[in-house]
Amino acid sequence: MTDVSVTSPCRLRINGEPCTIDIPPSVTLLDLLRERLDLTGTKKGCDHGQCGACTVLVNGKRVKSCLILAVSIPDAEVTTIEGLSRDGQMHPMQQAFLDQDAFQCGYCTPGQIMSAVALMEEGHVHTREEIREFMSGNLCRCGAYNGILDAIEQVIAQQQQDRAGEAA
Amino acid sequence: MTLHSAKIGQPVSRIDGLAKVTGQARYAAEPHPAGMLYGFIVNSPIARGRIETIRDEAARAVPGVVEIMTHLNRPHSALFEKSYMDGLGVPGSPYRPLHDAEISFNGQPVAVVLAETFEAAREAAMLLEVDYERWPHNADFEASLHQKYMPSKTRSNYVPPKSRGNAAEAYALSPIKIEGRYHLAPEHHNPMEMHATTVIAEDDGTFTVWDKTQGPQAVQAYLTSALSLSKDQVRVRNPYVGGAFGSGLRAQHNVFLAALGAKMLKRSVRITLTRQQMFTHVFRPEAVMNIALGAQPDGTLQSMIVDGVTDTSRFEHNMENLVIWGLINYKCPNATADYKVAPRDTYTSSDMRAPGAATGVNLFEMAVDEMAYACNMDPLAFRLHNYSDIDAMHDMPLTSKALKEAMHEGAERFGWYNRPIAPKSMRDGKELIGWGMATGIWDAMFSPTSARATLIADGRLHIATAASDIGTGTYTILAQTASEAFGIPIEMIDIELGDSTLPECPTEGGSWTAASAGAAVWLACQSLREKLFKTLGKSGNISAWLTAGLSNNTTVLQDGFLQDKDADENLRLSLSEALSLTGQDRLEVEETAKPGLRGTISQMRKARFTHSAVFCEVRVDEELGIVRVTRLVNAVAAGRIMNPKTAASQVRGAMVMATGMALHEESLMDERVGRFMNHNFAEYHIPAHADIPDMDVLFVEEKDREVSPLGVKGVGEIGMCGTAAAIANAIFHATGQRHRSLPITPGN
Amino acid sequence: MRQFSYSRPDTLDTACHTPDHTRYLAGGTNLIDLMKSDVERPEHVVDLSALSMSQIEERPDGGLRLGALATNADTAAHPLVTERYPLLASAILAGASPQIRNRATNGGNLNQRTRCHYFYDPDMACNKRSPGTGCSAKGGRNRIMAILGTSDACIATFPSDMCVALAALNATVHLTGPEGERSVPLRDYHRLPEDTPWQDNILRTGEIVTSIDLPPLSFGSHHTYLKIRDRLSFAFAIVSVAAGLQMENNTIGKACIAMGGVGTKPWCVPEAEALLEGKTPSPSLFRDAAECLLQGAVTDRDNAAKLKLAPRVIIRALSQAAAGTPQSQTQKTIF
Repeated sequence: MTDVSVTSPCRLRINGEPCTIDIPPSVTLLDLLRERLDLTGTKKGCDHGQCGACTVLVNGKRVKSCLILAVSIPDAEVTTIEGLSRDGQMHPMQQAFLDQDAFQCGYCTPGQIMSAVALMEEGHVHTREEIREFMSGNLCRCGAYNGILDAIEQVIAQQQQDRAGEAA
Repeated sequence: MTLHSAKIGQPVSRIDGLAKVTGQARYAAEPHPAGMLYGFIVNSPIARGRIETIRDEAARAVPGVVEIMTHLNRPHSALFEKSYMDGLGVPGSPYRPLHDAEISFNGQPVAVVLAETFEAAREAAMLLEVDYERWPHNADFEASLHQKYMPSKTRSNYVPPKSRGNAAEAYALSPIKIEGRYHLAPEHHNPMEMHATTVIAEDDGTFTVWDKTQGPQAVQAYLTSALSLSKDQVRVRNPYVGGAFGSGLRAQHNVFLAALGAKMLKRSVRITLTRQQMFTHVFRPEAVMNIALGAQPDGTLQSMIVDGVTDTSRFEHNMENLVIWGLINYKCPNATADYKVAPRDTYTSSDMRAPGAATGVNLFEMAVDEMAYACNMDPLAFRLHNYSDIDAMHDMPLTSKALKEAMHEGAERFGWYNRPIAPKSMRDGKELIGWGMATGIWDAMFSPTSARATLIADGRLHIATAASDIGTGTYTILAQTASEAFGIPIEMIDIELGDSTLPECPTEGGSWTAASAGAAVWLACQSLREKLFKTLGKSGNISAWLTAGLSNNTTVLQDGFLQDKDADENLRLSLSEALSLTGQDRLEVEETAKPGLRGTISQMRKARFTHSAVFCEVRVDEELGIVRVTRLVNAVAAGRIMNPKTAASQVRGAMVMATGMALHEESLMDERVGRFMNHNFAEYHIPAHADIPDMDVLFVEEKDREVSPLGVKGVGEIGMCGTAAAIANAIFHATGQRHRSLPITPGN
Repeated sequence: MRQFSYSRPDTLDTACHTPDHTRYLAGGTNLIDLMKSDVERPEHVVDLSALSMSQIEERPDGGLRLGALATNADTAAHPLVTERYPLLASAILAGASPQIRNRATNGGNLNQRTRCHYFYDPDMACNKRSPGTGCSAKGGRNRIMAILGTSDACIATFPSDMCVALAALNATVHLTGPEGERSVPLRDYHRLPEDTPWQDNILRTGEIVTSIDLPPLSFGSHHTYLKIRDRLSFAFAIVSVAAGLQMENNTIGKACIAMGGVGTKPWCVPEAEALLEGKTPSPSLFRDAAECLLQGAVTDRDNAAKLKLAPRVIIRALSQAAAGTPQSQTQKTIF
């Protein structure tokens, strides 16, 4: 049994970098990222799991970081929007969001992008309806839903093209 | 990207997009000054009364708590109510946070905990105990209608309805009549970013305030006045705003309280409202409209009688332009309208996207649909039959109105002309299919705005104005404007917005920013080019071709190079070279776009509006009543479209919000306590991905050189106006059932 | 959220022996939400995630055991679940959002608390949150509240989708506590509020849900989870129905039906199931079943729409099950 005390050790890998920090157990993963690690790309839109703005990947799966105590996922690999681009190269989903005007104010955008990246991995992308259903955990008050769908379909089309290219 | 793809009218991708998709854009709650305290607001659970005692021992005992600020210990702030007035011009006594022990609305802040960590502040806020003396209150809208009144002083933008003919008599004589009571539930803006402020206490004693606002200069003016600070002590920044939709028009209490805390402790302070607390301030007023229409059997409108009420608080008189829209937009010889506000013990309602029109146009267009059916006419044909080419209420010509074209093009795109008139005549399995339409109208406004254009040493063009991009695409359209006006590729332009120290720009809202800030930037860029040419001409050490060109007026600036349009195209000079030839390290101009004499005369003589025609298909499960919006087409006549990509997004976004208005959104007031109870995103439903079909937005050509200097009308609100009605009208067409109250939720 | 101690034991025995004012943390999707709203105020949070209770495995009797810590997402996607209990997979996918289902666990789903506005708002009286303070949902804004199983003390709806399917499927809940192990039918796991609405279920202090067993039971394609809500996704049910019918020669054999969104617990009426068995599907039979299921329904100020909708949803769900056309959770047309 781990020590019961005011602060608890929190050990994570965030965007590939190890992170060890002593924090009160009440600190959520979202508040850890935003307030203690200055990774403000992950957004707080409701703090109750009802909007999806705080979506990050934990061990490759999309979750709402506002509903996770940071101390409760020891050694987890956390990927945020800041860790999505590699070597200054945007992730194809980020580029697609830009191309398709899939945002306006930009506040739900990191969460939408993280969710969309996970959606592709999950494979829930067979029809527009399926994408809609499996993206519904990410609200957008600016109403960029059409653009987000188009962005996801742009990446699907690119992947299909890449695969066809490889096959040939 | 080349110059050609960056001009006004091109579908340029957002220039602020990279920062947004990579998480680098910083919003109000995201700067992190050293030593910053977290503020957490404690709200009143009662609607009216006074604070008796505050017991804070337990709260203060939480490790990390630094101060608990209440009306008893707060630092000095302005005494007089007028110091708390803001630019929105709502008459009455503005709410003064932590002013005294009196409670005037449920959710009113009674204390702010300031602590070293967010967690400590939140916990201490939970531990604070406050005792209240409770006074009777009324938070019931229906009950408040008995006290409805016309404020003696009206809001500055209020347009009083103007009667014509004899509406009562004409109504009585009309062979075909409809009459109904139409209602809209209160709604909350709920931008995805919650209202937040980070006040940075700078070393020199000044405050840099990052606030979620639509008007940094308005917030600066408010803070300096309310906190008795001088203008150079407060700088307000909002480079990125996570949506607002009107909730950032007034300085909300979080900015005042964060600044008050910073003033008290001389430390940096951040306050972020919780989503629950987002339901303790501004909301779109609940509204009721009684509408009576009379017509001839051929569908000619004879009389329109509109009587509307919206709610306000007990301390301010918020008003909307609710009842005028039908009177303006329809030709009808007899019309009258009346408007009042009804007071209840809540916070003051205020502007939410297309204030007045979102409610007034949608509810009126639902009545128009009923009238068309009473006349057994196609709703589109009925509207064309009663089409007005002028502002029929003021009997004033319009600068332009391509609504007829919008109606035709929208109908064509939708396939409206095959529509069977009879309701309940289309079905697919268990679903009834309905097609509905409505028209939209919104003001096309222009406000004096200033902008600065600076050419700097590396040849880049720097544009600055205190506008706010709340997701509206302002950064991008201003870059396009500057690119075309100055003759420089968009990549060589930097746009700086969202800072109270920049040239004066009115608060973002009402769809006026594109027209106003766009005109200012255009003017500044042209003026900068002239200044560059003039300065070069005087410098004496320039090439012969340029000397000749400047004196012959054949020098042009394009793609970021000075050339002579009549000379060899290989002879050219880059902007950085040009600047160095002037011997200066920068050239700068500031210009203000104003209506001017001709514009002012035009504003007196002509009315100006944006118009739209919205077409909707719904599918309604016949037994279960579940509604799905399956198609939406919106044809918009909004003058010149600066960027069809971002403009279409704006319109689509408003259509999503209007879908929420029609089907989902309703803040549920528990009048026993005066609190909106569904204060979260799980029970206040905004549309999700699954609710929104592919939407088709088309812009109708509308050349209007008079409406604003660039011919721009703005597109931020028009998508709200008509869309909710088109949905409600489609539901009627599907089911034969009329709904006169929005939202139309399952089971109703 | 108030201060608490945090521990992450690695044995079930340690987890069961905890001090007073402990809350168990699994996925956290409800508990952390409630702690932030100051509804739950545990002094100790015992994180169960180090325990190995996330297996999904076949039972010797042909049934299936769902580990309490298996996530909703993993459960809904598990081949044995999608093949044999598609009704359960469908109900899980009808609830929450992908992100939440990736964290939320099966045990946690059983123990999630009501969405009642008044329960969630510590400024309001609520017997479920603060025993003895009264019920402000009665006479308040209660369009989401229950119409079945209510009492004078509480009208809060039990919000789960998954549990509705588990109730229809007659699942069994396995518990381990300081006094040992026991098993309870899912249908008896949740309590009616009566005059002790703060007790949502029969869990005793220190007891932990370890697994949920599904009996061997197949409906072929004759099942459905039909959920009506205020928007087309990511919203709690206004009315939902889980139905499974064993059909032979157009005659209903075993019938299983449960309702969500309308009751203070997953709502089952064995008489309604009995009424269907041995009969040929017909609209009038389904109407009778609906009437039986809704017997005793009481509406309050705002929630009469539920009573209007409920029979129609029951009839439609039974029609879908009889026809072998389960409701898709992706295609929003209701066939």
